[in-house]
Amino acid sequence: MDVATDRPAYLAEHFTDAEQQKESAKLGMWVFLLTEILLFGGLFCAYAIYRAWYPDMFYNAHKHLDVVLGAVNTVVLILSSVTVALAIHAIQHNKRKQSIIFLTVTLLFAATFLVIKYFEYSHKIHLGMLPGKFYTYTGIEGTNPHIFFTIYFTMTGLHGLHVLAGMIVIGWVLIRTIKGHFNSEYYTPVENAGLYWHLVDMIWIYLFPLLYLVG
Amino acid sequence: MSKKDHQEHVIPLMVYLAVGAALLVLTVITVAVSYVNLGPFNLVVAIGIATFKAMLVALFFMHLLYDNKLFMAVFLSGLMFLGVFIILTMFDTMKRDMIYDEVAKPINPKAVIYQESAPPTDQTGGQQ
Repeated sequence: MDVATDRPAYLAEHFTDAEQQKESAKLGMWVFLLTEILLFGGLFCAYAIYRAWYPDMFYNAHKHLDVVLGAVNTVVLILSSVTVALAIHAIQHNKRKQSIIFLTVTLLFAATFLVIKYFEYSHKIHLGMLPGKFYTYTGIEGTNPHIFFTIYFTMTGLHGLHVLAGMIVIGWVLIRTIKGHFNSEYYTPVENAGLYWHLVDMIWIYLFPLLYLVG
Repeated sequence: MSKKDHQEHVIPLMVYLAVGAALLVLTVITVAVSYVNLGPFNLVVAIGIATFKAMLVALFFMHLLYDNKLFMAVFLSGLMFLGVFIILTMFDTMKRDMIYDEVAKPINPKAVIYQESAPPTDQTGGQQ
């Protein structure tokens, strides 16, 4: 009833069946996501320490972030999370065209996020709200306001790199979808790319209120 | 036989749309609440809403609710260690002075920057 008779092309030799292969790939992805959580966790810990040390400075400094741009970016990332979920849903139903459209829209949302981030960064760079010794702005009361911007740029910068990496991964998955590598039987790479993208969204869900709203 | 049905994986379209809508509504709420001064509770509310949003993303978008519970265990163990990490660090940095008087002192008193200079509180730390 088994042995190499009906083995599909995507099934690697060392797996018993497609289900086992899929579960293994997803477990691997989750372990990777765990390391990502801990990577950002170190930065969230740094945020917690400095916020506890300088609560007033954090409060004053956070007012210089643009809540509207931050909120728009939050909405953009949430919508991109929905579209990538819909892309997976489409490929589960063998709707390749729909999946291609949703993945493309996801890429556009990701690009929008980065463009908005670029405007925020250039505004701050222009005003001298920069990390560490590069900080030259004088309009913020409190001790060591440069620390807030060190944390802001490190956390959002690392997150931005993850958005960029996510765009590369989704782009790769998009090309493979266009080439017809995926169908309702096999779409694990789409699903894992989606998991990664949702994690990037999830980290921003914390970054936005912590940096823009409550400082 | 090999074509076992993937019952658990296909989630109705409406679930994704509803969760997406909930996330957008929660974003509006968290922004609105941040303009109300609740003192320290602003932080509590912000983190609470963010955690609820993250939970929606993990359970529905990332399929944790439907998938192998091993993935949930991996995810939660990561969060657990992150919690231990942050909580113990905060205890240390905020409560250390309850045990002994915290005084600033050089890590290595023989280091160059502490030689022949005035007390560290005084102007530049370095040479001259």
